[in-house]
Amino acid sequence: MQKFKTIKSIPAHLPIVNIDTDMIIPKQFLKTIKRTGLGKNLFYEMRYNEKGTPIEDFILNTSPFNDSKILIAGKNFGCGSSREHAPWALLDFGITCVISSSYADIFYNNCFKNGILPIVLPEAKIKELSEYSKRKEEIIVNLEEQKITFGNNEIDFEIDQFKKKCLIEGLDDIALSLEKNPKITEFEKKLSTNRPWIFND
Amino acid sequence: MSKTLYDKIWDDHLVYTQDDGTSLLYVDRHLVHEVTSPQAFEGLRNSNRKVRQPNLTLAVADHNVPTSDRSKGISDEESKLQVETLEKNCDEFGIKLFGMNDKRQGIVHIIGPEQGFTQPGSIIVCGDSHTATHGAFGSLAFGIGTSEVEHVLATQTLVQKKSKNFRIKVDGKLSIGVTSKDVILQIIGKIGTAGGTGYVIEYAGSLISSLSVEQRMTICNMTIEGGARAGLIEPDEKIFNYLNGRPMSPKKENWDKALNYWSKLKSDDDANFDKEVTLDGKDIMPMVTWGTSPQDVISIDGRIPNPENEADEDRKNSIERSLKYMGLKPGTAIKDVKIDKVFIGSCTNGRIEDLRDAAKIVKNKKVAQHVYAMVVPGSGLVKQQAEQEGLDKVFKDSGFDWREPGCSMCLAMNADKLKPEERCASTSNRNFEGRQGRGGRTHLVSPGMAAAAAISGSLDDVRKFQN
Ligand code: SF4
Repeated sequence: MQKFKTIKSIPAHLPIVNIDTDMIIPKQFLKTIKRTGLGKNLFYEMRYNEKGTPIEDFILNTSPFNDSKILIAGKNFGCGSSREHAPWALLDFGITCVISSSYADIFYNNCFKNGILPIVLPEAKIKELSEYSKRKEEIIVNLEEQKITFGNNEIDFEIDQFKKKCLIEGLDDIALSLEKNPKITEFEKKLSTNRPWIFND
Repeated sequence: MSKTLYDKIWDDHLVYTQDDGTSLLYVDRHLVHEVTSPQAFEGLRNSNRKVRQPNLTLAVADHNVPTSDRSKGISDEESKLQVETLEKNCDEFGIKLFGMNDKRQGIVHIIGPEQGFTQPGSIIVCGDSHTATHGAFGSLAFGIGTSEVEHVLATQTLVQKKSKNFRIKVDGKLSIGVTSKDVILQIIGKIGTAGGTGYVIEYAGSLISSLSVEQRMTICNMTIEGGARAGLIEPDEKIFNYLNGRPMSPKKENWDKALNYWSKLKSDDDANFDKEVTLDGKDIMPMVTWGTSPQDVISIDGRIPNPENEADEDRKNSIERSLKYMGLKPGTAIKDVKIDKVFIGSCTNGRIEDLRDAAKIVKNKKVAQHVYAMVVPGSGLVKQQAEQEGLDKVFKDSGFDWREPGCSMCLAMNADKLKPEERCASTSNRNFEGRQGRGGRTHLVSPGMAAAAAISGSLDDVRKFQN
């Protein structure tokens, strides 16, 4: 996984609540067997008309937001299906940081596995930031210091310290867990006496 | 210290806990399907890793498979590649697979219970958010992303932080024409789509324990629509009887040991829940959704809400957006809404009892002229059972299309989909924009209500058809 570095970018604001993963990446694009290449289909149904031509006033189709690395969105972002294609599509488009007042659990976890930082802020702060985004000026997201800087203002954000470490160091989850191999083996030994039917098929 | 059922299952699966509470949990059962697994297997190959416990893993193709004649294979190239990739991966990594032409093939959340793969007290995961379904058996079951699928394949464990405990109690009895689908729709309407975020829900109360095993699955299935990753119900005799003798259920002395363990799986009387909600069965009516989120729900006697009456700005905007998408006007009686299609199926309502419910309503009646209606059984075994009972004939006689098993129009990844502005009464679980096809308009209902809508040609009250 890519190490997470400080981001400097003009944020794009999508003022919709409950953006579900079907909206982020519709099912016709789930037939892929790869992780890459989904960026052009991100928010497909909002971004293109029936003929497949870009809808001009959709924010991610307009400059400078078509280059945004930061997305500000309404609450409960990423609800619905567990598809990891949603963070893959965001990442492939270039978005590495989402800012919302809340997320659905599975989507939230999926972000960290892909080097995307989902930031949680109170509604009032989201308002401030989204107002600021109209200026089309860059803001800075610094994960190390847990700080968002915009103009002369700063907002601090909270994050799970273990998740933060994994993002910054680009750690491979599976390798970390495999270090616990002796513990897993020990657990399996106990399991075969305590609940033997689990292995019996 | 007293514990909830969730606490107990959690504790029994702890391999390791870090100081900050991040834990490694052992996974007893892993279900795999074609859409969320190819990248996981690719990851294993790239880093030279094996599947740790192929025997605890079961795979099936369901999302992409055609529900029409399968003798010629899959015509869509991409779908075909995905299904073939699953076959290849299962072969390479030694995982048991129910292929497209196996009669045990079906929707992953239907075949797990059917085979006895789903068991009380176990941790069950799948790269699919409706994994919560299996919680009906008193297991801790939840959906995971593809990276986590890879993690489980490689280590048979999952990294998790503990959720909070949420109990939803439903007491009393179901009124005639009301089903467990209506119960869960009402619950989601009450708590909202994010009401369960960060929690595991335990469903309890006299009404819940009076439900059949299949009805319980419908409730747990839609837990994710209320934002909770997992929903579970204390297992009882009904569950044990259901599992007894299934192909993958424990046998002989293992059955006795399992039964002994399973019968102790319950929340302690004085266990603490961080959040509680109570509903009374007599207040639950046949429900129908009007918007583009499962929380947008009213009873069949209701009217489309008016966004102007909303104080909350976000809510007002989202109602306006939904109504525009759905092509509905505030104040309209939901019963006056005409439909074009009916879909009966999905992991929410594609089991035999669901088909029986619907068949009872359509028997000796005809589907309205302007309506196209389809039934997609949840698995090959459900289909076979229905055909033995003659339900296929009942449906076909009244004008329904009778299809092969799969996810079908629940997510419209195969050829079954809505056209723009087409309106559908559907027994599935999501009414999101575009879920059943671009521009398609979904109204979530119970199987009986879907059947009633097919006959009337508009959304209608199933109780009218009950005699
Ligand atoms: S039936 Fe629908 S909800 Fe269930 S697994 Fe298939 S696509 Fe997902």
